[in-house]
Amino acid sequence: MTDIASNGGNIGRPVNRLESRDKVTGRAEYVHHLQLPRMLHGKILRSNRPHARIVRVDTSTAAALDGVYRVVTIEDIRTVIPHPYYGPAFHDQPILADGKVRFSGEPVAVVLAADKHVAEQALNLINVEYEDIPAVFDEVEAMTSPVLVHDELKPAATFADLKHLKGCRDTNIALDYHLRRGDVESGFRASSRVFEHEFRVQTVMHATMEPMVSVADVVDGRVTLHTASQGPSFVRIEIARLLGWPENRVRVKVPYVGGGFGGKLYIKLEALVTALSLLVERPVKVSLTMEEQFFAITRHACTMRIKSGISEDGRILARHCEVIWNGGAYADIGPRVTQKAGFTAAGAYDIDNVAIESYAVYTNKPPAGALRGFGAPQTAWAYERHTDMIADELGMDKLEFRRKNLLSRERPQASGTLMRDAAVAEALDAVADQLNWSSPFDKGSGTIRRGRGIAVGLKGITSPTTSVAIVNLSADGSCFLSVGTVDMGQGSDTVMAQIAAEVLGLKAEDIRVIHSDTDVTPYDMGTLGSRSTFHMGTAVRLAAEDARRKIDALRVELGLDTHAGSTVPELLRTKYGMQAGNIIGTGSFIPDYRKPDSETGQSDKATPFWGVGATGAEVEIDTETGWVTVTKVVNVIDAGTALNPKLVKQQISGSAIMQLGFTLTENMVFQDGQLTNGSLADYKIPNILDMPRDWICEWVDAKQADGPFGAKGAGEFSSIALSPAIGNAVADALGIRVVDLPITPESIYVALQGMPVSSNGGQKS
Amino acid sequence: MNARTIRFHLNGEPVQVDVKPHESLVEVLTQHFNLKGARESCGQGLCGCCTVEVDSKVVSGCLQLATFVDNCQVRTVEGLGERNDLHPVQQAFIDAGAFQCGFCTPGFILMTVRLLEENPDPSDDEIRHYLSGNLCRCSAYPEIVDAVKLAALRLSGQTRPDPSRLELR
Repeated sequence: MTDIASNGGNIGRPVNRLESRDKVTGRAEYVHHLQLPRMLHGKILRSNRPHARIVRVDTSTAAALDGVYRVVTIEDIRTVIPHPYYGPAFHDQPILADGKVRFSGEPVAVVLAADKHVAEQALNLINVEYEDIPAVFDEVEAMTSPVLVHDELKPAATFADLKHLKGCRDTNIALDYHLRRGDVESGFRASSRVFEHEFRVQTVMHATMEPMVSVADVVDGRVTLHTASQGPSFVRIEIARLLGWPENRVRVKVPYVGGGFGGKLYIKLEALVTALSLLVERPVKVSLTMEEQFFAITRHACTMRIKSGISEDGRILARHCEVIWNGGAYADIGPRVTQKAGFTAAGAYDIDNVAIESYAVYTNKPPAGALRGFGAPQTAWAYERHTDMIADELGMDKLEFRRKNLLSRERPQASGTLMRDAAVAEALDAVADQLNWSSPFDKGSGTIRRGRGIAVGLKGITSPTTSVAIVNLSADGSCFLSVGTVDMGQGSDTVMAQIAAEVLGLKAEDIRVIHSDTDVTPYDMGTLGSRSTFHMGTAVRLAAEDARRKIDALRVELGLDTHAGSTVPELLRTKYGMQAGNIIGTGSFIPDYRKPDSETGQSDKATPFWGVGATGAEVEIDTETGWVTVTKVVNVIDAGTALNPKLVKQQISGSAIMQLGFTLTENMVFQDGQLTNGSLADYKIPNILDMPRDWICEWVDAKQADGPFGAKGAGEFSSIALSPAIGNAVADALGIRVVDLPITPESIYVALQGMPVSSNGGQKS
Repeated sequence: MNARTIRFHLNGEPVQVDVKPHESLVEVLTQHFNLKGARESCGQGLCGCCTVEVDSKVVSGCLQLATFVDNCQVRTVEGLGERNDLHPVQQAFIDAGAFQCGFCTPGFILMTVRLLEENPDPSDDEIRHYLSGNLCRCSAYPEIVDAVKLAALRLSGQTRPDPSRLELR
């Protein structure tokens, strides 16, 4: 099929979200509101110990409470699911605690009742007797601790590259990833200066406004799940595996989702509600509260050590990165974070000698998984602060030092994959322009100090992954589009409709996008990692092209091929004698991929495309209080062609504001393994007052050659470089050491206490 | 727990319903009236997703006990406009791209309607402070400020306000 030119008026057009009217009138459908006849609500009793053996669970008083239908523990679950352990990378997570608890907040029992208030009340009547065992919380300590979170590693068979870990014992290291390029030791020897720093990133979480929720309804040997999930296909596969059923007895339906950000990926509550519905033969709904979400999934805290050797003329000759990821008690998708963020941990720089070690580590904290960037923002915090700290020591301009070392086109990244369609330099230049980097900057005086910072980073995309799409033209020529991509706010319905419409010569607004229903919509690996526009977008393009081919073939079949103007309704009416029939086009897409070498991590096709984000920030700091006001932020990404500029801009802006929270205010605080601030009252996500006054969101003029109409993705890239840009600005303002996130007034104040009074006077300490 | 019958005006219509003492307004709106625009998220009155207007004051529907709206005028997002007859604030939110997942959107829209009824020409600062009790995790904040300004502009251009939308004032 020849390439179809984008002249249909759908590409590059700021189409409003197809569901706009439903959302502004409060009528959009979410699982949050779903009620089924005879439905029971499940409320979860959670462990209050970080690591303990369960001696006894006494549910009798709770079960006797008026209105309680049943109280369920792992023993009950086992009667319907004999091996009740699930997870995308490791089958390590029990549906309810099984003999021991591994973090404070882990589900231990469930009360079922028709009235959720009754279920909640009954939770207080369950008595659990624990026997505490020593716990380990810090990821570095857990690497060598005698305290073991799991006795044995249980990798899932679906991830072939984890097979070698099966049966490993006496370790908290779930996965170790290594990359080798050149010879890092000889690179250090050839360097004139070597710098080494250690950075830490805190635990944060998704806080989706629609809290996690799933409903299961088991009827006649089939289960229907209604779930706020980013990965319905995976849910179907995993539930089918747990039940030993074929996939066509598991149906997963997802309407609109009230925010995901990676928190609703893979499998979360679905195994639990399925087991509960099997047990009671009624529909069961489990809706988490906002507080409970803190125990469901978090973003990895991490410790990253980075060492660089620099030549006389300011070239980075060698870099060694060691990243230790705090995966919490269950692996979730942490092993993939460890690999994917591991392979870009050396940054967007052209370095001949690189060594990277990246470790997924179990601890007695809530599980960590994917959150907008798959680890890229954590590693970028380290490598871009490190970059500034080196430039400071060398007395070099921070932009100049970056430019001198940046990966340029057709150069190999540390994995060996070439930089293609990755506008790294252009994004950095655009940021520098918007900050007027070459102009003098007023750094303030007295108790108000100002600073500015820049940062740039890279992200590889999870690969290889598959997307399948179906285009269905009705006899009147109207079009249905079936895709498993979940619209959780990013606008995928709209963008997919734009792509299909462009190929088919229709208008995006006229296409009906059918939401995920695994009985109806074909396979998609998941709505994650900025992959949908590229992967599903390509599948949609192929499906629409297939439909066009079928239209052309029908013309030939009907002898109407000279009459190229004949429309779909005319063709189908001619064929069937009435308004009948369909034209169905299908498309599936999996990108080229070559598995990285297991020893060296080298691959010429490690990622289908590159995510690129550059950020500039200006801050103003009150040295008496440590208060940071972010006065200006410039976010620039490479999205390839912006298929829908309005949606791309929203993604850049939203992703960056979220990251602003992770930089300045958000921090899950633990004391002896107990979360002390599990509420939006104490865990502060950005509100409208936190928005910097000067807020610029842009994308560079670029094209992803093999993407649909030149597009790639946009959901995560402005999250990559934001934290270090702000950290660099704070360090620039005050000359203090900034190595840990979040950057709080307290941490600044403490750092300032160690700072000598500056020579230009007025500095209080 | 004994239920009690309460009567109130819901989006202009007189209604009555039996409520239990512990039931929140948002539960009653959802379960008894099938209105889903106000929705519970944080459950602590911190996020604004459950925003409902009671006697011209905006409240957190998750904290407001339903029994207290007896004899009150209650307005929800459903009372503002229909799918094919949007309130100017709803239209402005679409035009400015002021939402993503849409879960918090009804709360922001109700707050904006209330803001513009109190202050037809708010400054940026006034907009931000008025909306600071509503959270949007998709972080559509810049677009929300744009939407409020756009709505203010359009509403100020209306020569004759639609009386059906002003019934509670």
